[in-house]
Amino acid sequence: MLGIVSRKVLGQSLGRIRPAVWALRNYSSAEKQMTVRDALNSALDEEMSADPKVFLMGEEVGEYQGAYKISKGLLEKYGPERVLDTPITEAGFTGIGVGAAYYGLKPVVEFMTFNFSMQAIDHIINSAAKSNYMSAGQISVPIVFRGPNGAAAGVGAQHSQCYAAWYGSCPGLKVLSPYSSEDARGLLKAAIRDPDPVIFLENELLYGESFPISAEVLDSSFCLPIGKAKIEREGRDVTITAFSKMVGFALKAADILAKDGISAEIINLRSIRPLDTPTINASVRKTNRLVTVEEGFPQHGVGAEICMAVVEESFGYLDAPVERIAGADVPMPYAANLERMAVPQIEDIVRAAKRACYRSTAMAATA
Amino acid sequence: MALPLGKSKRILQCLKSKICVVGLGKNSFWSGWFHHGCPSSMAPLAPTCRNPDAVLVNAATQFATRRFESTKAEKHVDSLCDAEGNQLLDFPGGKVAFTSEMRFIPESPMERAHCYRVLDDNGQPNMSNFVQVSKEVAVKMYATMLTLQVMDTIFYEAQRQGRISFYVTSIGEEAINVASAAALSIDDVIFPQYREPGVLLWRGFTLQEFANQCFGNKADYGKGRQMPIHYGSNKHNYVTVSSTVATQIPQAVGAAYSLKMDGKDACTVTYFGDGGSSTGDFHAALNFAAVMEAPVIFICRNNGWAISTPVSDQFRSDGVVVRGRGYGVRSIRVDGNDALAMYTAVHAARKMAITEHRPILIEALTYRAGHHSTSDDSSKYRPVSEIELWRMARDPVSRLRRWIESNDWWSGEAESELRSNVRKEVLDAIQVAERVEKPPIAEIFTDVYDAPPSNLCEQEKLLRETIRRYPQDYPPDVPAL
Repeated sequence: MLGIVSRKVLGQSLGRIRPAVWALRNYSSAEKQMTVRDALNSALDEEMSADPKVFLMGEEVGEYQGAYKISKGLLEKYGPERVLDTPITEAGFTGIGVGAAYYGLKPVVEFMTFNFSMQAIDHIINSAAKSNYMSAGQISVPIVFRGPNGAAAGVGAQHSQCYAAWYGSCPGLKVLSPYSSEDARGLLKAAIRDPDPVIFLENELLYGESFPISAEVLDSSFCLPIGKAKIEREGRDVTITAFSKMVGFALKAADILAKDGISAEIINLRSIRPLDTPTINASVRKTNRLVTVEEGFPQHGVGAEICMAVVEESFGYLDAPVERIAGADVPMPYAANLERMAVPQIEDIVRAAKRACYRSTAMAATA
Repeated sequence: MALPLGKSKRILQCLKSKICVVGLGKNSFWSGWFHHGCPSSMAPLAPTCRNPDAVLVNAATQFATRRFESTKAEKHVDSLCDAEGNQLLDFPGGKVAFTSEMRFIPESPMERAHCYRVLDDNGQPNMSNFVQVSKEVAVKMYATMLTLQVMDTIFYEAQRQGRISFYVTSIGEEAINVASAAALSIDDVIFPQYREPGVLLWRGFTLQEFANQCFGNKADYGKGRQMPIHYGSNKHNYVTVSSTVATQIPQAVGAAYSLKMDGKDACTVTYFGDGGSSTGDFHAALNFAAVMEAPVIFICRNNGWAISTPVSDQFRSDGVVVRGRGYGVRSIRVDGNDALAMYTAVHAARKMAITEHRPILIEALTYRAGHHSTSDDSSKYRPVSEIELWRMARDPVSRLRRWIESNDWWSGEAESELRSNVRKEVLDAIQVAERVEKPPIAEIFTDVYDAPPSNLCEQEKLLRETIRRYPQDYPPDVPAL
């Protein structure tokens, strides 16, 4: 499975074997594959090229080509004034990035993982998020904070936390979490162009995954709207919301559920703040059942917020209690078997969807 | 082994062009080395050394690439020697002479760093090489310092009377505020802590504008969003005061970097106290400013107290000035209560920062003659006699007054006239500000983002609806629209 996500959209299975000549035509269903890493790299490259005020800073982004190679080639192309290797102080370089943004530059600050952003969280919240408000619009902060978020594989407690809920609760920030390469390109470009501070939560395990990508997405002016979720797969029986890596799991769960006659509608949130509650509610009003999926800790999580938003708006439409799938309420263990148990798996999503459809099934994971 | 200097110069040009360092340096790399020599800091490696590799390796990281330094280290060189023929060790970071004598660098110097001062306690200049200030500038400085003192006294009283909720005075630090502002240009961006309203005052912020912010009324540029004394004004190039201590220091560095990239004839200036210098942000900011070669002036108002913490509990170094060298930042200690010394030092610092693209640290020694804020009573932790001494005998405002009077630029009549005018103006401003309406409800929801999101628009509608239905639950002086 590693690498290719198969999608049951008409014509895409043909795309991979089309002769080269066809690929030159500008069909919107034309078949290129692009990894999330390349999607992010190309988005950064194009935005830096289009706007000389955009610059990149972070640990290892320059000479090392990026800790995860996201900024590969950018130092060579734009020089050390626009790709800055910083000393090891998240608090320091975040403060510096915010100051640069106050003055009018557009920094893209990379955290090696969002776990390290905790060292900088005072500047993110108290300087970046609140400045426009506290200064009554005099100081805008067009800054992007990006980096891998959530669990990777075998990196333990201090490298695996998901920060979507933490940043998602703070007014003044926008919080995005892409899944596919199209998401990565469109949302990163939107984030860089946005005048507000944006938290861009990537996922290390998705960097190497390839997704089909259309010519429209490859165009340098491509941009996705912030605050709009995407319905990855339409369905009638149950709404499953997810973001980042969990979207892939949810899509696989939908395949399994389809075999049991349950048609699941998968919503890729794309945007944690603002949350696209209209899309979610419209979907729940259609399916009458909701399962939220996230990797992060359950208490005060993204799923909790979605559940409440749906209860507030669409209580009368619910035919079953809302189900919430989240990571285990423990710091992430290292051992592979324990780690597997601490994050949601496809089977957990399938079971929850079945419960929401009153197909009785055990609560506990048996994997 | 020893390359002629001319050849290494060509090599450097070659390296520069490969890395496309735009706008940086021109020839400041060379001038930086030769004009400012810094011989005392690099004793064995004087520019006359026949090993130009040493020149290359020890210079500022103009090229921001470590590729070339590491290859230098790997290059086989027979005997690395300094000018005296002593052997040098070749470690990452540059060549160092070695010594067979184990000697620890003492934790404190034999003598504390000297403090630059122009006017003595009687307001008489003790030497003549300071920046000659015109009568106009001197009188304006004095008038602004006096205005600040009067304004502080009256606003403090207003808080005591319950008319505003909070206030922070700058008593004793008027010279630091005003003289530094006078030496800067309006294009220099200020990143204040919270004890620098004098800078805004110099730049033309009116007493009414100060009062409006303190009362959080409709005319407040901050739209009533922040506590009193959190002034901010784009048109005066003064970044809004933020309560978090020392966060403005790295921000100033980032903004300075932007100014450098823009090639502007301007720098950023940031202020903080002795307490603020203990934060992680201070460390990161100075370190980065040196590495990034950012045109920023760090002004530390070392006033002896961080609320109730005296400097002896704050740090054990010789104040803050000595830390500059720890980061590779040029620094100076100045008598903060001497307006002319402050003016001269900031004037020189600005020139160096902008033309040489370097950070400068100025430690202004002073005394916090007032309480930390209206929430503090400093007589609880320090002797009242100490406070009185600094307030009376060592007041910076009186000191400058003695100087301008000795030049016949000021008189007793001018003094009483200014005092009573300012007093009246401040009282009027307060009365007016008190009566102006508070900001409208819509301002609760604006500026959270660039454009208001749908959920906030909804919340505003709901709020208005609730107020309309239950007016008795809401204060009458909050305008509904």
